[in-house]
Amino acid sequence: MNIFNLLNAMPGVFSQGLIWGITAIGIYITYRVLDIADLTVDGSLCTGGAVCIMMMLSGHNVFIAMIAATLAGMLTGLVTGLFHTFMGIPAILAGILSQLGLYSVNLKIMGKANQAINVDKYDLLVSLRYIKGVVFYKNPIFVVALTILILVLVLYWFFGTELGCALRATGCNGNMARAQGINTNKSKVLGLMISNGLVGLSGALLAQYQGFSDINMGRGAIVIGLAAVIIGEAVFGKIFKNFGFKLIGVVLGSIIYYIVLQIVIWLQIVDTDSLKLLSALIVAVFLAIPFWKNKYFSKSALKKGGNNNA
Amino acid sequence: MLELKNVTKVFNPGTVNEKLALDNFSLTLENGDFVTVIGGNGAGKSTMMNAIAGVWPVDAGQILIDGIDVTKLPEHKRAKFLGRVFQDPMTGTAATMGIEENLALAKRRGHTRFLRPGITKKEREEYKELLKILGLGLEERLTSKVGLLSGGQRQALTLLMATLQKPKLLLLDEHTAALDPKTAAKVLETTEYIVNKDHLTTLMITHNMKDAITHGNRLIMLMDGKIILDIRGEEKKKLTVEDLLHKFEEASGEEFANDKAILG
Repeated sequence: MNIFNLLNAMPGVFSQGLIWGITAIGIYITYRVLDIADLTVDGSLCTGGAVCIMMMLSGHNVFIAMIAATLAGMLTGLVTGLFHTFMGIPAILAGILSQLGLYSVNLKIMGKANQAINVDKYDLLVSLRYIKGVVFYKNPIFVVALTILILVLVLYWFFGTELGCALRATGCNGNMARAQGINTNKSKVLGLMISNGLVGLSGALLAQYQGFSDINMGRGAIVIGLAAVIIGEAVFGKIFKNFGFKLIGVVLGSIIYYIVLQIVIWLQIVDTDSLKLLSALIVAVFLAIPFWKNKYFSKSALKKGGNNNA
Repeated sequence: MLELKNVTKVFNPGTVNEKLALDNFSLTLENGDFVTVIGGNGAGKSTMMNAIAGVWPVDAGQILIDGIDVTKLPEHKRAKFLGRVFQDPMTGTAATMGIEENLALAKRRGHTRFLRPGITKKEREEYKELLKILGLGLEERLTSKVGLLSGGQRQALTLLMATLQKPKLLLLDEHTAALDPKTAAKVLETTEYIVNKDHLTTLMITHNMKDAITHGNRLIMLMDGKIILDIRGEEKKKLTVEDLLHKFEEASGEEFANDKAILG
């Protein structure tokens, strides 16, 4: 339990936390803005990774490959959105159906369960190998942080536009949104597409970073993303009120999640096989906190009624 | 302005809970009419509103707004003709968005939403002036989240949102029922002011017979999905609660059983 082992691992932990932070932003958009728990992400993360690696292996430029991965992610969101709105399937089930279907799709894209890419032969944007001993602008922490900054700026702008406001209204109050002439089905589909596009991009970065795409790389992505969202809100909720900062809070939540995970591994509290169990339990407790707060510590319950004290 | 022609709506058809909510229902509103709607629970008042708003499709009949057949249009496409205020103060506004953002959403009703700004500086000034009409001090709280407002404040704001883009028809579905008497009176006063100022054609459901008599130029009473009373013009002006109860008994052959409507 050498502290230097832990410190040595930190740059890698930060990179991973940042890459997953993009997934977490995607999940924030569905879970918080649209009020939909979208399980598509467990499949679309791998779709993004698979598309990116296969495009690069067939000789495409890394940026083209990443754009393709993002578009593929958006397509998975479109499918879930149509399951939900056009076919009337409950959102959570629509996501599960997409996720299951994507398992086959991802296998077809890759041709087998995993595809490796050699960092020496291909010009990757991010890689484990660039963690140390490269100029700063090749460092994955810098590259991903810059990507996130751009994404947050674009999303901040978008959610301030008419279309973005319509999306927020849809998630907040569908009745109100329809009464104001908003096609809530369209909004939901659009939100799911944006979210899964981000997740696809995150998958593309993750696959490059670890040097391969794998059929199981998205397993539990929704849980990790939710953990990041919840931790980010718990830690930074009081400080970050602005929408853009909230998204950054979610990314920081993702980094904290990976730091905690690394510490747990370092302390050898649980073996690595049990990590997913630990993640699931942590997220379950964090999800329960607002519920418990309302049920057992609700001092303002009477005030909250609010109808009669105009 | 509004025409309902032989509209029928059955809920839960083919089950023990089958309910004929609108029975071959016809109603025509003239431009500028302010019609108050009364009736007991389950009379079909809200069903009539929801049929006009397009919350679900009707089983038969035709709905025209200003000559345009909207029977087949989905809810969000009819929205450009309609301003709506609901019974539940939570329904009409987006709680997690600011007061100005809610107004900006309403301002864009009936327009295609694209990547233009969700709210502009010029609009903010405009909303500030408009909110002064309500006399609730909301003009100083433009960026406050609507979730922080009281029920009465939210209803007043919803009313403003419903009329920001002058609607062809204003639908008020017991919009003061969830408020305390003082607040209800204030919201009703604001309603009257806005309706008169913009000459809006209005349908207002109320549980309160006195309100139904004092406001508007025409009163209809519903029972079992049908209009059983239709009073307008001079006759409406002279109407009292006693008259109304008497007429109800004549029309329906039973006593009016809703205390809230009589006492409220």
